[in-house]
Amino acid sequence: MIDDLWNRSCLRADTYRQVTLFFCYKINRIPSINNQQSTIFYRNTLMHKKTITIALAGNPNSGKTTIFNNITGTRQKVGNWPGVTVEKKEGSVSKFGHDLKIIDLPGTYSLTPFSIEEIVARDFVIEESPDVVIDIIDASNLERSLYLATQLRELDCKVLFALNMADLATSRGTKIDANKLSELLDVPVVFTIGNKNTGIDGLLKAAIKLAESKSKISQKRKVKYSNDIENSILKLQSFIEERIEQKLPYNIRWTAIKLLENDKIVREHIRQKTGNKSLEIFREVETHRKHLLDRFDDDPEIVMTDERYGFIAGIIKEVVTKSTKRRIDTSRNVDLVLTNRFVGFPIFILFIWIMFQTTFAVGSYPMEWLDSGVNWLSAILERSLPDSLFKELLLNGIIAGVGSVIIFLPNILILFLFIAIFEDTGYMARAAFLMDKIMHLIGLHGKSFIPMLMGFGCSVPAIMATRTLESNKDRILTILITPFMSCSAKLPIYILLAGTFFSARAGTVIFSIYITGIILSIITGRLFRSTLFKGADAPFVMELPPYRVPMIKSLIIHMWDRSKMFLKKMGGIILVGSVIVWMLTAFPRNINYSMDYNEEINKINASFTEKQKKAAITKLKLAEQAEKAEKSFMGRIGKTIAPVFAPIGIDWRGSVALLTGFVAKEIVVSTFGILYATEETDEPDALKNALLSSEMTSLSALSLMIFVLLYLPCVATIAAIRRETGSLKWTLFSIVYSTSIAWAAAFCVYQGGKILGLT
Amino acid sequence: MLLSEMKEGQTGIIVYVGGNNGALRRRVLEMGLTRGTEIYVEKYAPLKDPLELIIKGYHISLRVEEAANITVDRLMIDD
Repeated sequence: MIDDLWNRSCLRADTYRQVTLFFCYKINRIPSINNQQSTIFYRNTLMHKKTITIALAGNPNSGKTTIFNNITGTRQKVGNWPGVTVEKKEGSVSKFGHDLKIIDLPGTYSLTPFSIEEIVARDFVIEESPDVVIDIIDASNLERSLYLATQLRELDCKVLFALNMADLATSRGTKIDANKLSELLDVPVVFTIGNKNTGIDGLLKAAIKLAESKSKISQKRKVKYSNDIENSILKLQSFIEERIEQKLPYNIRWTAIKLLENDKIVREHIRQKTGNKSLEIFREVETHRKHLLDRFDDDPEIVMTDERYGFIAGIIKEVVTKSTKRRIDTSRNVDLVLTNRFVGFPIFILFIWIMFQTTFAVGSYPMEWLDSGVNWLSAILERSLPDSLFKELLLNGIIAGVGSVIIFLPNILILFLFIAIFEDTGYMARAAFLMDKIMHLIGLHGKSFIPMLMGFGCSVPAIMATRTLESNKDRILTILITPFMSCSAKLPIYILLAGTFFSARAGTVIFSIYITGIILSIITGRLFRSTLFKGADAPFVMELPPYRVPMIKSLIIHMWDRSKMFLKKMGGIILVGSVIVWMLTAFPRNINYSMDYNEEINKINASFTEKQKKAAITKLKLAEQAEKAEKSFMGRIGKTIAPVFAPIGIDWRGSVALLTGFVAKEIVVSTFGILYATEETDEPDALKNALLSSEMTSLSALSLMIFVLLYLPCVATIAAIRRETGSLKWTLFSIVYSTSIAWAAAFCVYQGGKILGLT
Repeated sequence: MLLSEMKEGQTGIIVYVGGNNGALRRRVLEMGLTRGTEIYVEKYAPLKDPLELIIKGYHISLRVEEAANITVDRLMIDD
């Protein structure tokens, strides 16, 4: 069958144009001719070697990423499109004597600039004018895929269709006449099977061929609209042509169509290019729009969308033959179980549980190894380096800081592996389908559920998981409320405080803390949805792609790309953050201690027995550490801001502990240890006893826990927020909002409790 | 009748896609829910919202409130 497809794909529609030898690339099929061909091919191309830019466009789930991975392998760069957090992937390969630069455009269903993805994809095609655009078309989904294809065709770029997964379509009883399709749209068509890596070379050769062809892009065989619309397009076209001095980067017909469709971005372009003549043009546009509105009793953009599909329906009728016999649709049967009324939710919960367990429980082993690796390294450095400020900076600042990032790596790798599996199998869409009703109550999309749930483990991967959300509004809102899901690093703090002050009811108290976080996230979601993110919700309209067996290669690429980004970008910010915190705790160097600890130690050395000596020295050393912490910049800052914390029942020690919690929440506990001059290892309950005998009450402990639950996230999370929102404003907003809510909630708890007479 | 009133396993033809939200309306159309398209209601989610349709040979889901903007003619054919 493949041979058959090959033969058909090797034809180009307009027969008057040359059908060269090169075009029928049946390499490795007829070796003798093939070698000859290749030689000519290379000789011709080596002389004028230049980089050919190829953009891959296509619907989500069309197998575009698989084809991209097949072409570029591991030689790909993943970053963001400028100014937005849409992933940009590009890769360079040398093939057939050409340097090819492949750009993976975001998967979109259309080029109407509603979503960021669509804007990014369209802008790239218009502004960067790639040499060739390959539109990857899911053959088993031809009709809808052709919508994007007709839009690309209208854009006047050199388009090439890759009919992907035609084997699947054939097995489902759909046969596509590629020659006819190629002829009807005047576009070369190549068959590919992405997941079997078939047809990729042919696709690239066809793309090179198209890029090198000097022929102008055919103006015919684009969408033809009904007479009224065509009239308006023509009139508007000549109207604009008369008034435009600069050349537009795209053709006038397209401009006219977009203006009739009231496309905001094109309007802005026209405003910039034509200056004061733009008003005239817009007035003309309005006249035509009004005329069409009267004629069709609907907005022109709606009518034109309708007509494009009408045009496509005509093509489909000619190129597709469907066999009447229905095959068993495995995907549909799988779905009947996975989204079943009764077992759908239990299965979903099971999957999430497995993901959660693996990420945080299984991930904790490599996490420990990494942690001991970091400890081992710092122990070696500790021994081998002479005492100096540099050594302290290296050990307590840099290594501690970088170490705190690296230990997250196993979690992140595992999490992203799961997310990649969910996405590549098609289950992610089903998770959103199941959860949407619940999430919609908070004003969010069903897909927001997974990041929020991950938040209970660690906010960093959770925030990175918001990438799966398509709407920017949903993404930012989810990012803002995810830190309220109490992360696992906060648990040691609750265990310490609740265990100390609420011994018997500790479990209930900790559970209530978690619930408080969830309730506040719901309130926040609803509040922001009706204020900051006002306006209609992003439409839910979502494709439920057929289930597919994921490809290991693409899973690994997916997982590794995202993890690499985490390491690279987060590393810098976290490093700076931990060095700052280190400096604040390590300086000033010359502290006026209340007593000379060294002298005291010497005294002890002289007088006590061995056993007493050891205990007394430890006590003195701890006291020294405590005093050092108290008198460091951090301690001073803590004391300075203590009045702010007084109304919520937190003393200066609490303030300092909370400040150090900025690096990582776990540190709060160890800071308490230092400030109360206890060493956990010596006596497990030492810190508990110290806390009990301090001024802290159960009420202030509860207030402190509430504050810890809600206040500003750790530096790694802030780095993630900065990265994923792509905006400093939202990052600062998140910090200020969470801390204010934390203070307000703790204030209510503490002062309310006092009024009720609790202690 | 409205698409949101259709039950699982029913088939219909889209008569009109309405609604005040222009962006949603256009998105719905662009995904292929155009006039004259045959739709099959595959199922409702366990919580009765959203619902899943088969159109043009692929599966798509819509919220019930979104489906309430779409007028359909029910076809009395058995699946």
